[in-house]
Amino acid sequence: MRDANSRQSQEMPRTTVHEHIVEIVSDSGEGAQKAGQALGAISAKMGNGVWTVEIIPAEIKPPARSREGASGIRVRIGDHPITNMGDEADLVVAFNEQVLYGRLQNRAYRPGTVLLLDNRWAADPDENIRAMYAEALEEFRSHGLEIIELPLDEECRKHTPNPRLGKNMFVLGMLCQIYNRDLERARQEIATVFRRKGDKVIALNHKLLQAGYDYAATAVPLRFDIPCWDADSPKVVMNGNQATALGIMAAGIEVVAMYPITPATSVSHQLGDSFPATGGFLHQAEDEIAAIGFAIGASYAGRTAATVTSGPGMALKTEFIGLAVMAEVPLVVIDVQRGGPSTGLPTKVEQGDLLGTLFGAMGDTPKIVIAPATIEECFHFPILARRLAEDFRGPVFILSDANLATGVTAFPRPTPQAEWMAPPPDQSPWEEGLAPYAWDEATGVSPRPIPGQKGGEYTLTGLAHNERSKVAYAPEPNEHGLRMRSRKLAALQRTLKPPVVNGDPEGDLLVVGWGSTLGAIEEAVGKARSEGLRVSSLHLRFLSPMEPGLKEIFSRFKQVITVELNYSDPADDPFVPASARRYGQLAFLLRAQTLVDVDCFTLNQGLPVAPGKVYAEITRRLPTHAHAAR
Amino acid sequence: MFGLKEDWSLKLPPRYFTLEDYDGGVARWCPGCGDHGVLMSVRRICRDEQIPPEKVVSVSGIGCSSRFPHYMKTYGFHGLHGRALPVAEGIKARRPDLDVWVTTGDGDNCSIGAGHWLHAVRYNMDMVVMMFDNNIYGLTKKQTSPTTQPGERTNTHPRGALLPAIDPITTMLGMTNVSFVAQTVDWNPVHLHDTLVRAWKHPGFSFVRILQRCPQYTAHVFSGLQDDPDALLVMEHDNGVPVDKALDRTLKNRTTHDPSDKMEAFALAARRDAIPIGLFFCDPDRPRYNEMTVEGMGMSVEDKLAGLEDQLDRFAI
Repeated sequence: MRDANSRQSQEMPRTTVHEHIVEIVSDSGEGAQKAGQALGAISAKMGNGVWTVEIIPAEIKPPARSREGASGIRVRIGDHPITNMGDEADLVVAFNEQVLYGRLQNRAYRPGTVLLLDNRWAADPDENIRAMYAEALEEFRSHGLEIIELPLDEECRKHTPNPRLGKNMFVLGMLCQIYNRDLERARQEIATVFRRKGDKVIALNHKLLQAGYDYAATAVPLRFDIPCWDADSPKVVMNGNQATALGIMAAGIEVVAMYPITPATSVSHQLGDSFPATGGFLHQAEDEIAAIGFAIGASYAGRTAATVTSGPGMALKTEFIGLAVMAEVPLVVIDVQRGGPSTGLPTKVEQGDLLGTLFGAMGDTPKIVIAPATIEECFHFPILARRLAEDFRGPVFILSDANLATGVTAFPRPTPQAEWMAPPPDQSPWEEGLAPYAWDEATGVSPRPIPGQKGGEYTLTGLAHNERSKVAYAPEPNEHGLRMRSRKLAALQRTLKPPVVNGDPEGDLLVVGWGSTLGAIEEAVGKARSEGLRVSSLHLRFLSPMEPGLKEIFSRFKQVITVELNYSDPADDPFVPASARRYGQLAFLLRAQTLVDVDCFTLNQGLPVAPGKVYAEITRRLPTHAHAAR
Repeated sequence: MFGLKEDWSLKLPPRYFTLEDYDGGVARWCPGCGDHGVLMSVRRICRDEQIPPEKVVSVSGIGCSSRFPHYMKTYGFHGLHGRALPVAEGIKARRPDLDVWVTTGDGDNCSIGAGHWLHAVRYNMDMVVMMFDNNIYGLTKKQTSPTTQPGERTNTHPRGALLPAIDPITTMLGMTNVSFVAQTVDWNPVHLHDTLVRAWKHPGFSFVRILQRCPQYTAHVFSGLQDDPDALLVMEHDNGVPVDKALDRTLKNRTTHDPSDKMEAFALAARRDAIPIGLFFCDPDRPRYNEMTVEGMGMSVEDKLAGLEDQLDRFAI
């Protein structure tokens, strides 16, 4: 890096920035994501904070140059840890102009965002395309974008006959020049990414990288430095689904049964590749129902098991989830949430499965539900969940989401521990006379016989049963079973601590969140607090049972709101009387749990929450603030 | 005999199991229900083969016959309607030491669980699957099942069932990776028992359709078969279900059928003049998923930790 600095210092002065948000946007199949992931990885390796998120069209091959077909990537690079995708981009590289319309509509850009645009379309043989290009430029300028037109296609053609396949690495080279990235690391990254494609492909991409780097040195008048913050401590860089997969392995889980579903599937891709390293087996079942049935069977037989799915899969698994609760089968269920209802927004984020997970089954089905808030927690929560599932003898739900699933960041490298691993199934003789559900009166917890244990023979059943697992239709045993299963949640809550408030323990406004919104909420709260606003935040990891002490914490704030990515009726909706207003899902739970008048700020755009939107809501609610004019 | 061999040598195992060791109590099926005989036969096989009760897992779905596990004094899993097979597969996947018996019915298996059924054939995991076929939904009180004959009056079709009945045997024979298809009747305990033993010995997904009387709702369906022994056609072969001499006088309608001949099996299954019993098809060499699912079992904690470190290395910066 120092070499690069000295080489460049004579040419163009560099502006040092705390952070920059870079987007590369293209048609599907032009490799923008590969270039962005590489930029993110190089930056993380240089010691920057990084968050990468892919811009994914729902179709595999949407038509070229379509407004909704944007495929690409956003990379946020900082001189501090980065926990979310941020607000508007600072720099955008686009391979065509049409794909930018969707991004503009998503408010991904601001006046002053610099756009590096391939200008090949200005000279396209098709008159319509030329006209569209000219029209788009005019519109983008009216939004305040600073456009720099570049002959990207033409430049790449000097090095490869097929620029469509090589442009991405040319752009990576340009970005390395602009952001002073270590070119040797970029070369290594390319060698890794294309390792299966052979030396010829690697050499060509190295050539394009260098060409882009050299081209930008003379043709692009932008130079930034983003200082590193921590280049020394060992870290790993991955997305939330990869972290989940490795977390499953670190948890000593032996069997994962799944059925392909977006956006959960890439967990199984990682496991398909990595699971043998810890002796695990990935079962791709014939359907979602069979997947959880298989996992339950494996767990019943003493093998640690998990199933991974998304909302529609959760709906299909519901009956088996009820059985796992009723018959107290330990199981880890991971729901990578996407937009709903129905098929909804398969590739996009929502936190819409909270209530469904808690209540979506027949009868009373008390469950443990936890939600990772960071990609690092995606790794650690399966370890926690596996232990909880066994200690409390039942299914444990991890609610991840599409934002965590596809976001990429660096976090401290975990140190695998022997005690994370599950012991082999107990095959010692079962204590004579001990019932298969010998519920402890205080906790509802009972020891579990495993097939193969002599003397422990019992028939697990989904019918109402007594502690000997005998079918019991009488009123008393039914109530007793319900009470014992419910008591486990109370017992677990007694072991939890009240959540830590981010900011002062009292104030005008408390923002409560759960799941992947943590980074955006804390960033917004931090900004508001630095301007003197009395706002704090709280992030729940346990949704069922909830962490204790919430009512007491809430009582110290004038207002309490949740920030959630799910639906609520707006408070000022003229068609919705207050008595009919539906709240966000966490707000619904908190209101029921604490009897505090918790309000909510919800977003349903299929997008991760941007810190700016939370900040705007905070200032709207604290009107003494100078920005609060509406 | 207990420990005493044919050559008069005496072998005393450390544990010896009697029928009582598998007896989970008095079954609560109706008097005259065919399920009782199957239960007795399975307990006998466990005793004869001296399978430790803690190594036997009886898995079922929902329905009359699916109460089966409750009446075995072994491990049991009485799960969801139609979903016995995925659970049984999960149990077997990483526990090759367990002896898995699945009990299912015509509604459980051929209707709500039909998708799992077809895939279970393809997985070909080592287990015995007994489909109790009484042509009716019994537990929910006489609704049309997928194997109810058209015209049969039921509570959901009081003017007669509308559709042709599913033939479970041809369905099995047509499915990819099929490895064992047999048929027997509950009212002939000798043939029933010998069929189940043959199924138990087959390494793979051993499917036995048991024509089973429901005295409450479908007594008339099977009475003709019971009254006329020639209505049954016994399939004989060295590799088939061995036919006990005791049956020579009662079941005289015989045919020789090589169970490796799938085309002839199809032809037999299509016969309408008599119901074939015995082994339709058997191929012990089909791939078995349970030999793939055990991959990696028994890895030491040290090796797992090392493997995990290797995987983390791939993401290290």
